Amino acid sequence: MLKYIARRLVILIPELWIITVIVFTLLQLSPGDFLDQYRLDPSVSKETLKAMEREYGLDKPAVVQYFYWLGKVVRFDFGQSFYYRRPVASLIYERLLGTLVLSLYSFVLSWIIGVVLGVVSALKKYTLTDKILTVVAFSGLAVPGFFLALLLLYMAAKTGWFPIGGMYSPENTKMDVWNAFKDIFLRLQLPAFTLTFGGFAGLMRYMRGSLLDVLNEDYVEFARAKGMPERVVIYKHALRNAINPLVTMFGYSLAGLLSGAVITETIFSWPGLGRLTYQALLQKDYYVVMASTVIGTILLVLGNLVGDILLAAVDPRIRYE
Amino acid sequence: MASLLSVRNLSTYFYLEEGVLKAVNDVSFELSENEVLGIVGETGSGKSITVRSIMRLIHYPGKIVSGQIIYRGRGKEEDILKLDEEEMTRIRGKEISMIFQDPLTSLNPLYTIGDQLMETIMQHQDVDRATAWKLAVEMLKKVQIPEPEKRMNSYPFEFSGGMKQRVVIAIALSCNPKVLIADEPTTALDVTIQAQVLELMKELQRELKTGTIFITHDLGVISAMADRVMVMYGGRQMELAPAEDVFHKPMHPYTHMLLKSIPRVDIKQEKLESIPGQPPRMIDVPEVCPFAPRCPRRLDKCSKELPPLEELEPGHYVRCFNPVLGGDKK
Repeated sequence: MLKYIARRLVILIPELWIITVIVFTLLQLSPGDFLDQYRLDPSVSKETLKAMEREYGLDKPAVVQYFYWLGKVVRFDFGQSFYYRRPVASLIYERLLGTLVLSLYSFVLSWIIGVVLGVVSALKKYTLTDKILTVVAFSGLAVPGFFLALLLLYMAAKTGWFPIGGMYSPENTKMDVWNAFKDIFLRLQLPAFTLTFGGFAGLMRYMRGSLLDVLNEDYVEFARAKGMPERVVIYKHALRNAINPLVTMFGYSLAGLLSGAVITETIFSWPGLGRLTYQALLQKDYYVVMASTVIGTILLVLGNLVGDILLAAVDPRIRYE
Repeated sequence: MASLLSVRNLSTYFYLEEGVLKAVNDVSFELSENEVLGIVGETGSGKSITVRSIMRLIHYPGKIVSGQIIYRGRGKEEDILKLDEEEMTRIRGKEISMIFQDPLTSLNPLYTIGDQLMETIMQHQDVDRATAWKLAVEMLKKVQIPEPEKRMNSYPFEFSGGMKQRVVIAIALSCNPKVLIADEPTTALDVTIQAQVLELMKELQRELKTGTIFITHDLGVISAMADRVMVMYGGRQMELAPAEDVFHKPMHPYTHMLLKSIPRVDIKQEKLESIPGQPPRMIDVPEVCPFAPRCPRRLDKCSKELPPLEELEPGHYVRCFNPVLGGDKK
């Protein structure tokens, strides 16, 4: 098992390298660079532009730029942001908290709600409860995130129940711990609801389908025929089998934790990584984009690894292979 | 002496959108201790639903609509259809056990053989884990699993099909049930393994004196196993007689034709006999003989009313207006 994990981690290195090459190439292929906005500005002199080009390394060929960046990354230096004129690492670190708070919160909610409602919906197949849950789930899948976010924003503005815009109120630093927490918590609700509503629906349908499949299996009926009470039949025999496909999905979705939710973050002006990356992309702030790509890749591979390890933990058939 | 299990006028219907499917229609039979009752019939004739009704394992949209299933194994007469669900869990696996058709899917892939065996033992017998372990190993030995102690910790996927069916049999017999229901227990196995498993079942049945209901559509298997045979067609019982009689002087035209359609080793046949026509439609059927459309001995009234199940010879019941009487089948 350890050998397997080690092998997977070693594969991560070439994977990362290839992905960074692709992303860097794509960035270079799109026309223009960060300095274009200054070039259009008549008040910026040619000399200044030249100096800036040299400072940012934009005067060198793309290949040189890439290896220059790579050389620094292996020493854990992610370079400077052109726009913020600060090290990329500190910039990302700052946004990490915002993203983690939002994504972890909605991740946990989605999974709990999704799995529990999925089980309820499967066990009460074709009843009114199931039908209502199905309608809710399909609305979750069908309503686009930006639309829901705008609706919520409108509702918040009308009722004033939730403060909106950003993660902290301007007075946050002056509040005591409890009020500061309450401030963040209230501001968290609407973006979290937007993400959860879209997220739990798929999980719930998945859980429902998986459990219904398993409930039709012979071993479930055989467990009944052995005289096991229905409680044991469902929770011991059916549910553990039904959860298997979701374990794999769990791994995948871990990868999304740090990539942030661009649209939701933008609409609620939430200080997250998604928005940072998106803006950097528009401004051709190369190194910020590269850094978040690297983070995303590492998480994707780790998430898959965690998914596989968890699957091996719950399914003996995987363990022996 | 009264029999161990009496099924009286059992009817189980499935309420489908297309109409009512009468899967089991007014079926009655008795099962005594130490007796093997074979049920034969083609796919969809209601064999499985009959025995699942006895276990009360009928799910929506199916429903047991009428009848009685009297069980006398606990020193009194109990109607299984009237017991509550909790009482049923005490009957299933303990008093009446069941083996399913496909051993490959009957065991839960995520739990060890030992766990699935001990779970059953501990559910029905008041024993601690250590004793349950011993009993489980004992059972595995009984079904001739080599190295039973070691095998207790194996998962189903490490077993072959025949071995899995042995384990399933071990689980079914682990609490000494008085009735064992085997629903085509060897259909999914290849022929050599099938013979071994049948041999094992026969031995265990003799040893434990379990009343057994044995379902199959393989007439060869039934002739080797059963004391009495019930032939089902279209959800109804057509013939019920001692095995000897069914094979040597079948009275119902359906049984008669069924036996003729078995290929024989001793005679070279140009063409296999078959029964012309299609298996019956099961939805919204009128109260007539279900076999009438395919029957060569059909009379006018066959498609107007339902023939009663009559005892034409002692112990030999037939549902037919125009039975094949006298003379051997050859």
